[in-house]
Amino acid sequence: MNDFTLIRKNLTRRRLRAGLLIFSIFIAFLIFGMLGAVRHVFSGENIKIADDRLVTVNKINFTQSLPVAYVERIRAVPGVRAVSYANWFGGYYQDPKNQLFTFAVEPESWLATHPELQIDDAARKDWLGRRDGLLVGEAAALKWGWKIGDRVPLSSNIYSQKSNGSHSWDFTIIGLYTVADPNVSTNAVLFNHAYFDESVSFGRDTIGLVVLTVDNPAMNEQVGRAIDAMFANSPAETATDTAKAFNKAFAAQFGDIAMIVTLVVGAAFITILMIVGNTMVMAIRERTREIGVMKSLGFPARRILLLVLGESLLLSFAGGIPGIAVATVSVGLLGHALGDFVQGLTMTPGILATALALMTGLGFCTGILPAWKAMRLDIVTALGRS
Amino acid sequence: MSDNIIELSGVAKRFVKGKDTISIFDHLDFTVPRGDFVALMGPSGSGKTTLLNLLGAIDRPTAGEIRIQGQRIDSLSEGELARWRGTHIGFIFQFYNLMPMLTAAQNVELPLLLTRLDSRARRRNVETALKIVELADRANHTPREMSGGQQQRTAIARAIVSDPPLLLCDEPTGDLDRDTANEILSVLQLLNRDLGKTIVMVTHDPEAAKFASRVLHLDKGRFAERTTAP
Ligand SMILES: Nc1ncnc2c1ncn2[C@@H]1O[C@H](COP(=O)(O)OP(=O)(O)OP(=O)(O)O)[C@@H](O)[C@H]1O
Ligand SMILES: [Mg+2]
Repeated sequence: MNDFTLIRKNLTRRRLRAGLLIFSIFIAFLIFGMLGAVRHVFSGENIKIADDRLVTVNKINFTQSLPVAYVERIRAVPGVRAVSYANWFGGYYQDPKNQLFTFAVEPESWLATHPELQIDDAARKDWLGRRDGLLVGEAAALKWGWKIGDRVPLSSNIYSQKSNGSHSWDFTIIGLYTVADPNVSTNAVLFNHAYFDESVSFGRDTIGLVVLTVDNPAMNEQVGRAIDAMFANSPAETATDTAKAFNKAFAAQFGDIAMIVTLVVGAAFITILMIVGNTMVMAIRERTREIGVMKSLGFPARRILLLVLGESLLLSFAGGIPGIAVATVSVGLLGHALGDFVQGLTMTPGILATALALMTGLGFCTGILPAWKAMRLDIVTALGRS
Repeated sequence: MSDNIIELSGVAKRFVKGKDTISIFDHLDFTVPRGDFVALMGPSGSGKTTLLNLLGAIDRPTAGEIRIQGQRIDSLSEGELARWRGTHIGFIFQFYNLMPMLTAAQNVELPLLLTRLDSRARRRNVETALKIVELADRANHTPREMSGGQQQRTAIARAIVSDPPLLLCDEPTGDLDRDTANEILSVLQLLNRDLGKTIVMVTHDPEAAKFASRVLHLDKGRFAERTTAP
């Protein structure tokens, strides 16, 4: 027997009570872990994007279009190295719920502004040569079981064809792209803007966004300001920001999910804190006499304090560790299932570290008051009148 | 060193309750020789428990000096007192006061957690203590699974496991039937005679007092001594 035996036996002397407390802490950390991972996704912190890339969109908001002529004017801004542009196609495959990250892009310049996309020479040749060519990210191809050479119809929930009013366009998969960095997603589907532009029923000669790289990331702000100044007071004013910031803003359209998650988790923890804290106070009060006996045996006050604190910490970790472990596994499975769409849904070391800190904090906060009382307890009073 | 294990001189104990001050002892002088077995009797409220608390250093006198084995304990700090209790005093209470979630052996082992003994030495001492109180076969039972007499034996084993020279018992048989009480008292007698423990035992029971080598009557803060026939 050692102090840990004592702590463990003290904690489990009322099995139902301990079980319920551990379960509620388990749930709290399960929620914390899962929502923490979700929050991480929507915070945009997970997205790996080159530092020297800027995105120019309509100042009103990014669903408004820009004249295609802006591309050449932006190319002329000092410090701009390469420029490309894209339209968000709003594409889906077969069924509207099979949403895809589909962009109509200018092929050559898109590759120039996105050097992280790796494609082989054959694919590059077809991609630049074939109007209906579809360049598919590795993850997307895997998900839909696509191979090079497949004919794939993609539908748009925005655009239709001017010839027949159909929302569907036919494509041929000419290649897959990969990336070296596992944190970069390969779930996009890209096709030739010219093919789109010539067949679309409305919105010709307009683009959704301009992507550009600059000579030096230090010039980001300067270049961005120069671009926006150039189109100030025109019918389509622009807003230029880093691609990183743009992605963050894109994520924010889902509402301030990070804030909501923080509030939910915060409320859960305050509740748990009060329930566990109150139960610990009651549990230790029930043991007043025993604590008096231990002191009479010669247990010093500090050791009594540590025994009680150890108990609340053990309680917290007994619920918290399994909670965060199950959250990690669940997030891993979910991340796998949603891989294409929710990029970066994984348990991060930051979330785990925060969880451990929270467990320690919870254990400490719920234990310190009863531990302090137990430490200060007067033996004669504790042993009571018999 | 004096041959008295307990020496009280001029001890006063007063409780202050609001405006009232209750004086239990005003000027108590009291000695117990090493190896004695004292039964402490007296009416309820006469201060018997209070006196035991002072002897065991779980309470402090308002005035006066208390020496145990020649050492002043009334002036030690809380931390020093805790350590001192662990090595010098064994308490035995009326209601046993065992830890309900621990087995008999674990209850007995509890005071040894304060020593530097390794687990093997601790186990050996626990076995010895349980053998002395004839409870070796109940080592793995929890208090709930034991009778009152068995629980009190466990408590006695716990009190003697770290081999303190002085045992303080507050009505140790107050909750037991006659036969069981006599068994417990025989154990105490054995500890006194064979192991040389000095025992101060508070009791209301004249039959129990007969097991002691002398009886002290405490009343209104004073002692009146009567010695029983051995
Ligand atoms: N903490 C305290 N505050 C105030 N008065 C106290 C306190 N402790 C004890 N007393 C008083 O001191 C007196 C002696 O109490 P004590 O418990 O020592 O008596 P006792 O002889 O052990 O009695 P009993 O035989 O009933 O156990 C009682 O009048 C009691 O009310
Ligand atoms: Mg009493």
